[in-house]
Amino acid sequence: MKSPKLLFQQQTTMKKPGKKVKKEPTIEQQISRRNFISFSAFTVLAVGAFEGWRWLYKSAPETPGITAGAHKPLRRALNKTELFFRRTFSDNHLVKTYPKSMAARHVRVNSDIGVEAKKKFDPSTWKLQVNKKGGEILEVSLEELMALPKTEIVYDFKCVEGWDQISHWAGLKFSDFIKHFQLDEYAKMDYVGMQTPDKGYYVGIDMPSAMHPQTLLAYEMNDKPLPLQNGAPLRLIIPVKYGIKNLKRIGSITFSNNRLPDYWAEHGYDYYSGL
Amino acid sequence: MLIYWANDEYRITIFGHTFFRFFPDWFYATLKIPYRLSEGMAFHFLFMWFFTLNGILYILYTTISGEWRELVPKKSSFKDAWLVLLHDLHIRKTAPPQNKYNAAQRVAYTAIIVMGLGSVVTGLAIYKPVQFYYLTWLCGGYHFARILHFALTLGYVFFFVVHIVQVVLAGWGNFSSVISGFEVINEKPQTVIPTTNDDEEAR
Repeated sequence: MKSPKLLFQQQTTMKKPGKKVKKEPTIEQQISRRNFISFSAFTVLAVGAFEGWRWLYKSAPETPGITAGAHKPLRRALNKTELFFRRTFSDNHLVKTYPKSMAARHVRVNSDIGVEAKKKFDPSTWKLQVNKKGGEILEVSLEELMALPKTEIVYDFKCVEGWDQISHWAGLKFSDFIKHFQLDEYAKMDYVGMQTPDKGYYVGIDMPSAMHPQTLLAYEMNDKPLPLQNGAPLRLIIPVKYGIKNLKRIGSITFSNNRLPDYWAEHGYDYYSGL
Repeated sequence: MLIYWANDEYRITIFGHTFFRFFPDWFYATLKIPYRLSEGMAFHFLFMWFFTLNGILYILYTTISGEWRELVPKKSSFKDAWLVLLHDLHIRKTAPPQNKYNAAQRVAYTAIIVMGLGSVVTGLAIYKPVQFYYLTWLCGGYHFARILHFALTLGYVFFFVVHIVQVVLAGWGNFSSVISGFEVINEKPQTVIPTTNDDEEAR
């Protein structure tokens, strides 16, 4: 491979006066022509990149709806990226599990939105509400749920903020819940939404992730009933999502073919937030 | 490892007393970064596409054009790169032959591609640790993959700083050649018959 460096001897340019015939450009002309073209292209690209960045950085926020709080073009990118990576989702892809001995004794409590200690809440009177078609409500007690087959999982719980922790949970599979209460036609819809009883925190989840074999409606942590600050009496444990989707203290469950409200998606985060 | 933490967690605290904060308040104020995790993530997940596509196009171009021959280290490059480093640090007077890219450049410009590939792989490993569990395993687990991903980023910063400093030191002629693809060198005519042996002269 020859180096593209142009080596040439010092040129003595001689002007031949009078000739108007088109001549081969001199070396100097070639140099300045190529320099002009490359530097123009460089300038256009550099200015383009800078202006493109500025446009993106200063772009308007999205119109608040199911999602909010992100720059409009960035939200579009998040949604398109979701469509791309959704194709890699499979029920056969399982989160890595660990032996019980590795589970944290002190499970981190990172947020209390919707389950604040100062709010009055009596777990003994709690019932899970399932909103069905035509305003019909199915009420399920914790005892009914605990009578169903229990599934345990010890896995690495991951937070968008950067921390993760191996923790041990037990409850019933969401898919078992659907089957037992004959909600199969609802599970054909695209999204499921869950809310705390006070409606202070809420998550929207795509149905494939909810029906994943490791998604639990959990009522135990470290072999004991869930503590209040960890989401008693029933919480969502969904290992294919970041912690923000793992709603504590489920009050009601809703199904829809459209995206259902999601607390952190309204605060600039990706709606999908899948792992 | 608490990297990408939304708030300032980078501190050494023993028994409730904070002894040292790695990033004081003015650092955050100047860069306007606290509480903007969601925004940062949104940018990250857009620019990952540019990063990857750019890398793919670059590799395709260097492969198809044959330019890779000037960029991939040769057997002698690793030893010579050390000599280039000593020369550039003004420890050694002479440098190995420059050619289009010198030995240090060959090593650096190939390393950056390997690093880029590493960033994509470790990035996917921590972005979708369930769907791409085999990548996460390959990267030594979720934690180690995150450390690698972060370390590589520090590597880019280091590369960038050295690169810019070197471009500035190399001067306008070099920069111009980077843009245009050629460099103008005026040489005095040389005697045709060498009076000394070139090979010995070069040492």
